[in-house]
Amino acid sequence: MKTKPYVRKQYWNEPTMGWWERAYLPEILRGLAITSTVFLRNMFKWVTGRKGALTTYYPEETRWDYAAGNRGKHVLTRRPDGSPQCIACNMCATVCPAKVIEIDAGFDPDDTAHPKFPTRFEIDYSRCIFCGLCVEACPEDAIRMLKEVPNLPSRDRREMWIAREELLNWQPRDDVAKPYPAPPAASSARSQP
Amino acid sequence: MIQDLVVYLVFITYAISVLMGFGTILTWVERKQSAVMSDRIGANRAYIRIPFTQIKLVWWGLFHGMADGLKLLLKEDFKPKTYDWYAYMVAPWVVFVPVLLVFAVVPFGGVLIPGQLFPGLAGWFGDRAYPMQIANLDAGLLIVFAFGGMTIIGAMLAGWSSANKYSLLGALRAGSQMISYELIMAMTLLGLIFIYGTIDLDEIVRYQSGVVLGFLPAWGVVLQPFAATLFLTAAIAENKRIPFDLPEAESELIAGYFTEYSGMKMGLFMFAEFIEIAIIAALFTTLFLGGYNLPYMTDAGFRFPGGVEIAMSHGAVVVTQLVVFLAKVFVMCSFQILIRWSLPRFRWDQVLRFAWKFMFPLALANLIVTVLFVWALG
Repeated sequence: MKTKPYVRKQYWNEPTMGWWERAYLPEILRGLAITSTVFLRNMFKWVTGRKGALTTYYPEETRWDYAAGNRGKHVLTRRPDGSPQCIACNMCATVCPAKVIEIDAGFDPDDTAHPKFPTRFEIDYSRCIFCGLCVEACPEDAIRMLKEVPNLPSRDRREMWIAREELLNWQPRDDVAKPYPAPPAASSARSQP
Repeated sequence: MIQDLVVYLVFITYAISVLMGFGTILTWVERKQSAVMSDRIGANRAYIRIPFTQIKLVWWGLFHGMADGLKLLLKEDFKPKTYDWYAYMVAPWVVFVPVLLVFAVVPFGGVLIPGQLFPGLAGWFGDRAYPMQIANLDAGLLIVFAFGGMTIIGAMLAGWSSANKYSLLGALRAGSQMISYELIMAMTLLGLIFIYGTIDLDEIVRYQSGVVLGFLPAWGVVLQPFAATLFLTAAIAENKRIPFDLPEAESELIAGYFTEYSGMKMGLFMFAEFIEIAIIAALFTTLFLGGYNLPYMTDAGFRFPGGVEIAMSHGAVVVTQLVVFLAKVFVMCSFQILIRWSLPRFRWDQVLRFAWKFMFPLALANLIVTVLFVWALG
């Protein structure tokens, strides 16, 4: 049985070290100098009342640089009279891959155009995957997603539901698709039909 | 004689509370310092609520150590089925106790004269004087090495008795690594012993309050800078911390020789490691950084090179020495943590090659040069 002698493979990025690096101690000292400089700089910031860290203190503090395309929270749009645009058709709940939307429908005989409306509209944010399919499925443009994050860290998953009242805080300051309802202060309204 | 008993009880209480305090504080310092070094915030969630109020004391996460201790106490005490009961039970203590014992010979202050410090007790104490260390032994450094070497036995026992291949590998690594670096520690200190002419740690500290070359304080780090570097490196390796943490390398051996330990037994290993940081810092302070004295300071006060002398009262001297010792130890602990969070881990063959082919010849060369100098200068 002939075996070839082991030849060590040569890598293109084989590190090369001069005598200075091989002396070991100077490079170790350089590394320690770098880390201690970072330590002292951050410590100086903390001591002088500034923040010396890149990380955020999450539930109390959220990052300002969320991606522009981030869609993290749902909102229900409203009609000019303030009632939800949702007609409780359950299409969003049907399409939802995580099955997190729960809707109970109510009947309003006075509103002949939209007699069906949601009495309960809840989203379980502990399971929502933020895919946006509910927004695409909605025939009435009643559910949309905002750039915010739900901001619901909790010790109990049952506390991570958001219900109709909180979802109905749509603030249409300038929305070309839905210029209504008119804001109470008419000064900021730009495009009234 | 009852006076001696009282004084030494006070010393022992002080020493143990200092060590335990350092062990507890260092867990926090390590977390926080590493966090600040790497632009993070660090542990800051555990708090103590003052009873019957809504005031929560967070104190920069200082109470995380207490939360850890509580968690370790409440955890299931898992034991492997095929373990050697006696060795398994005794191993954490064999690691933990010698670490504490080393501190017995480390002087944490100069001479204490209780009669002068408390005039009310002068009649009872008379003019008795006590050097501030638990055991004022002539063989100080030998005791340090004797007890320091015993932790190897604990690591080997733990690895051998837990019937786990990772533990055994970790124990093997711990054994060969610690024996190698123990030798280097001793070799580096030999040069120092030649200069000081004693192995009594108290005498060594007293020698260091003199001056060399007319103006420099006669600290070990000035006389033997090379030995100081080698000693610190070997001591960190002896403590099995990164960059020398091969015996407990997570990515290779899970947790090394204490893989099979859980709950407070694992806590003892960790606590021993943290206390050993403080012990190494105390030893380095005593041997190389002038011990409990500020530069140019003796038990009588300051004596500057120009001939200027500032006398200090006995109380001021005692307080200064205690505080200075703690401060130096803390700075050295912090430096060790800086090293631990800066350098990557060695490979296993590199650890032993570093010991035997790099540090050992350097320690020998240092010793020979020192001996020649001592011989030439008489």
